Amino acid sequence: MSKKRGSGKNLGKIKGFSIQFLPYSEIRDLNSNERIRKILGIVLGNNILILQGKLKSEEEIRLIGDTMAMIGHVKDFKGIELAVISGNVEKNLVDKMRTEIVKVLSRGDLGAITIIGPATIVKEIKRNPRKIELLLSK
Amino acid sequence: MEIKIFRNFFRKIFSNLFNNKKEIKLGFYGPPNAGKTSLANRICKDFTGQEIGAVSKIPHETRSVQFKEKVEIKYKGKTLLFKMIDTPGIATKIDYEDFLKYNMKRKEAKERAKKATQGVIESIKWLDDMDVVVVVLDATENPYNQVNITIIGNLVARKIPVLIVGNKIDLRKADAKKIEAAFPEYDVVGISAKDGKNFEEFYESIFKLAKKI
Repeated sequence: MSKKRGSGKNLGKIKGFSIQFLPYSEIRDLNSNERIRKILGIVLGNNILILQGKLKSEEEIRLIGDTMAMIGHVKDFKGIELAVISGNVEKNLVDKMRTEIVKVLSRGDLGAITIIGPATIVKEIKRNPRKIELLLSK
Repeated sequence: MEIKIFRNFFRKIFSNLFNNKKEIKLGFYGPPNAGKTSLANRICKDFTGQEIGAVSKIPHETRSVQFKEKVEIKYKGKTLLFKMIDTPGIATKIDYEDFLKYNMKRKEAKERAKKATQGVIESIKWLDDMDVVVVVLDATENPYNQVNITIIGNLVARKIPVLIVGNKIDLRKADAKKIEAAFPEYDVVGISAKDGKNFEEFYESIFKLAKKI
């Protein structure tokens, strides 16, 4: 896997992509517009993004909307594959409360992982509650 | 979004205050090819004799929001008035090449893909305008699809009552229990929009849903 950065010009070429890890602290203080811009910037650079934590549900749907608006306008861009896996499976009320307190203190759900990749590279993300499988395009 | 939540809140208060019998806006949301239009068609046909839109095996057949107003659903002596809103399927990716395998010409496939992307944007814009939503999932598919989770998460954040429907239970591969396991906090009804299986339970759930407004 070679590392290559740049704009959308390399989209679709499986030879050049990288996996980028983004700690939640990188987006914690950004507003929704800035978060989505940052994420799309990474994905358009032919990167698979692994984000610590998760976006708000309204940010997720905005990301989908913005992605749709880019199809046909950015060369070779066909959309994204997106999956969120949460490590917090609360068994009882105490667990639930503990998780909520941690979320408030850390200003985000740090027990979750979000994976976002360009659809030209990530063919499918298979997921169940405890596992994510990334199927890459040939 | 906050302004819309407040607007809906006050609209609901005034509506209850003057007891207006207004149409309940019932949206059909879900991923492409789950059977949203098939379901909306069956309801409309049952109560108005007319369908809402065309269906097809090719994904993204519905590429713009379509309506049917003044649909009176009757169940066990009770009647509710709905405005049915059938929305294009929400997806995170659309590749025109996927349509080529349905013997579509390249130009036609590109046009369909373009309209489909606009349809997704339109569906998202309409989210705030719904009173209640039926999320239609294909019971033969893995329910842990992020699109399903994102749609439901957004409806909950907007305080819009949700009913999840597992469609296509007439197919052998279908497993509505899997949907129940994926979304344990929500009402899930397994149906077949194609042959009308389990529609009694579906209509009962719709009436329960309308009470949550």
